[in-house]
Amino acid sequence: MSTLSVHPAQSVQSTVLAANEASEHRPLIISLFAVFVVATLIITVWAGRQTKSASDFYAGGRQFTGFQNGLAVSGDYMSAASFLGIAGAIALFGYDGFLYSIGFLVAWLVALLLVAEPLRNSGRYTMGDVLAYRMRQRPVRTAAGTSTIVVSIFYLLAQMAGAGVLVSLLLGITSDAGKILIVALVGVLMIVYVTIGGMKGTTWVQMVKAVLLIAGALLITFLILLKFNFNLSDLLGTAASNSGKGSAFLEPGLKYGVSSTSKLDFISLGVALVLGTAGLPHILIRFYTVPTAQVARKSVNWAIGIIGAFYLMTIVLGFGAAALLKPGEIIASNKAGNTAAPLASLEIGGGGDSAGGAILLAVISAVAFATILAVVAGLTLASSSSFAHDIYANVIRRGQATEKEEVRAARWATVAIGVVSIALGALARDLNVAGLVALAFAVAASANLPTILYSLFWKKFTTQGALWSIYGGLTSSVGLVLFSPVVSGKATSMFPDVDFAWFPLENPGLISIPLGFLLGWLGTLLSKEEPDKEKYAELEVRSLTGTGAH
Amino acid sequence: MQQSAEFGELRTAHRSFAFPLTIAFIAWYLLYVLLSNYAGGFMDTKLFGNINVALVFGLAQFLTTFLIAWWYSRHAATKLDPKAEAIKSRMEGGA
Repeated sequence: MSTLSVHPAQSVQSTVLAANEASEHRPLIISLFAVFVVATLIITVWAGRQTKSASDFYAGGRQFTGFQNGLAVSGDYMSAASFLGIAGAIALFGYDGFLYSIGFLVAWLVALLLVAEPLRNSGRYTMGDVLAYRMRQRPVRTAAGTSTIVVSIFYLLAQMAGAGVLVSLLLGITSDAGKILIVALVGVLMIVYVTIGGMKGTTWVQMVKAVLLIAGALLITFLILLKFNFNLSDLLGTAASNSGKGSAFLEPGLKYGVSSTSKLDFISLGVALVLGTAGLPHILIRFYTVPTAQVARKSVNWAIGIIGAFYLMTIVLGFGAAALLKPGEIIASNKAGNTAAPLASLEIGGGGDSAGGAILLAVISAVAFATILAVVAGLTLASSSSFAHDIYANVIRRGQATEKEEVRAARWATVAIGVVSIALGALARDLNVAGLVALAFAVAASANLPTILYSLFWKKFTTQGALWSIYGGLTSSVGLVLFSPVVSGKATSMFPDVDFAWFPLENPGLISIPLGFLLGWLGTLLSKEEPDKEKYAELEVRSLTGTGAH
Repeated sequence: MQQSAEFGELRTAHRSFAFPLTIAFIAWYLLYVLLSNYAGGFMDTKLFGNINVALVFGLAQFLTTFLIAWWYSRHAATKLDPKAEAIKSRMEGGA
């Protein structure tokens, strides 16, 4: 293992070489990636042949087992944010990056205890189904469709940012044209996956990807731990001293402890993370792919196990990157730290001038690509389903569309959303991918979670309450982001040269989530219409027992 | 059916378990977030080697998440599923 010993000087040199070395091994990276693409395309075509009805396209025929769906849920959830973003955040800010892992995991309990099972029982294809059950169909479905598409596009933006980052590191493509080409390639692939394979194809792609991601993370975690003789304390100590920040690197506060504003930002992020998951449309529709609520419960339990294990590994990946690399190199490679995990794998494999390093870098990058591709497909499916089922079939066609027309609309929506996300992909390159995803979580927690919970559990909830909550949560969260330092006013902003950031927090959750809940309550209280008691009775029985579930 | 005593029991069995537990784990999680923010001295205490209270607290969140998931699933399988199944088969049998 002597090749693994790292001297700081050598480490700087080797990573400076990384991009060049990586481009030397470009054929290897490209062929690994091509293998994944070909394999998933075969799966997609195979699944596409079995996709005949709307239920096949939207819900994969509802025949997946708890373990299969648990794996697919994990695949959908462990995005580029988890892999690249969290490792990067820990590598740069030490302990503060760890909050992401914890919030992303604890959040699953909300889904498990309150949402997964009743949703499975009472809905059919989309989140809007549950809300529309006892409300006025058209306004509620329009609102649900809108917020589904907005949340998914926020999330897509994060994935596309991750794709751009990886490409410039791995393939040595630094020209804008080259990056746009790769983002376009990702977009085209995801359109193919979703239009041909539907939910069935997408679910299998998620499963393959989840296995690859776990295997890749396990390999690097094992190698990093091996280097430190499985002594976590030693690993942390090296990370702390190597970071140049000493023991503060292992303590809370390095990123969020600097001022009272940043402390509020930390709370805001924490709240958004824990409440966002159960409002993410692409996660919610996964529960429709299983036959019963009990199986939905099993799939959440599998997901909690798999995702929990993965996030435990991000601790080693992140602190490992901090221990093996100089903070300067991580920032030099990507301002937001998104390349820390791939760089660490290069280093642990023997550095930039070794075959081992290049191979590991190629493997990890292919895994990260696979991750992005699969999550992007899941997000696109969620938004095109919602467009076709909620907005096209039930609002525009007032429930008169045939199954065939509905699925055709979903396929066209997929193409449109693919094109939009390709266009947005170039915008957000230097933002931390985990940070961007956290924004999607904040929007989901503000606009979707309150209405879902009220619909399922509050007898008096009305259409007006639902609309106030969805639109209020949506506009306040997106609006606050628009006027936050994420968009303008700082060197790391999307538009660093202008400053219209009057809202000090990067994450809007602390304001917009309570507002979403408050508006749902207030809208209900002030509405003139009586809630439909009979429909609620029906919904309640159905959501808890599965009577009459699709 | 929604008015029946049998369904009332199922609803109570679900709500009286899921609601307090949700409040509890969110409070426990927020405690962690707030301590990280405002109790630096306590969280920075080193327990052994470079392992400090903050890290152990974070790992404890993982542990409690796994435990709560397991606990809820056991409750659901023993207390909720049989009741739900009975109501469902009666209603669908009658329909």
